[in-house]
Amino acid sequence: MKNLKRYRLFFILILGYGVLYFINESLFNMSTQKTSSSLLEMILVLPPVFILLGLLDVWVKRETMVKMMGKDSGIMGILLAFFLGSAAAGPLYAAFPVALTLLKKGSSFRNVLILIGAWSTTKIPLLIFEASSMGLNFTLIRFGLNIFGILGIALISEIVLGHKELEEIHARSLSIEN
Amino acid sequence: MDSTIYIITALALGVSFYKSKDKTILALKKAWKSFENILPQFLSILLIIGFVLSILNANQISELIGQESGWKGVLIASIIGSITLIPGFIAFPLASALLNNGAGYMQIGAFISTLMMVGIVTVPLEIKFFGKKAAILRNSLAFVFSLFVAFMLGVFLK
Repeated sequence: MKNLKRYRLFFILILGYGVLYFINESLFNMSTQKTSSSLLEMILVLPPVFILLGLLDVWVKRETMVKMMGKDSGIMGILLAFFLGSAAAGPLYAAFPVALTLLKKGSSFRNVLILIGAWSTTKIPLLIFEASSMGLNFTLIRFGLNIFGILGIALISEIVLGHKELEEIHARSLSIEN
Repeated sequence: MDSTIYIITALALGVSFYKSKDKTILALKKAWKSFENILPQFLSILLIIGFVLSILNANQISELIGQESGWKGVLIASIIGSITLIPGFIAFPLASALLNNGAGYMQIGAFISTLMMVGIVTVPLEIKFFGKKAAILRNSLAFVFSLFVAFMLGVFLK
């Protein structure tokens, strides 16, 4: 029952398409044709993407990396933050709880911002998907710029926020229930 | 492109299976679960895209966010991208459909980039976790950076 409820919007839309058939048949034909062509396009791409997502989820352990991203982790911590964010799954707001956990365990805020940046925009399965729907050039230009952008945002934030604010962020993270 | 993904996936699956059969099966189960998770949203969005693209003709789309729309189009696209919460698996097909129907690369780049990096709807959550100053700072920097990415995409892709 709960499962069917998730499909409610889908069923309403199917119903809408049914109504459309009687009101305006040519618009119905055009819409179904456009829908099925994008459906076909997606069905060719999605299965491998999700299998990769599953493999990453199983093989990449979060806890082991949490330890290695502290203040003095230097370039290693930055790389790990990038990797952890890129290997993750889920929307950006799913990154916030993970970021909080990292803060609590002593990761630097800079690395947390890098993780959030990577999580939002350089996820590996999503990059493959992006390349297949937007083209390789679009994806590579965006990816290249994003690496610098993510680093830049993290470094600028760290400087602008300053020592005092950063300590407050760490202190606050400890007081929030996860 | 399609065949590359299949080759990468087959290799990854092979290595994984060689290392641990159980983990591979678990991975496949997780893969199916996360696919089924977005399936209702995914099907719905496809139906909506199909309909919207049938009413809006290419002229109207390109007028709003086409190449000629310039910075006005970029601004419209980036505001829409900052406000909406659309998963990437749905955003990319949408973006590619818009591109095929007259949208410009710069405008689509602004939409995609803000969609992923800027989250106005989730700012309250971010404030709760990191404080007001850090949350607003991160989102503002990401917004400005997205405009830059859009500009570069516009320069490099015709």
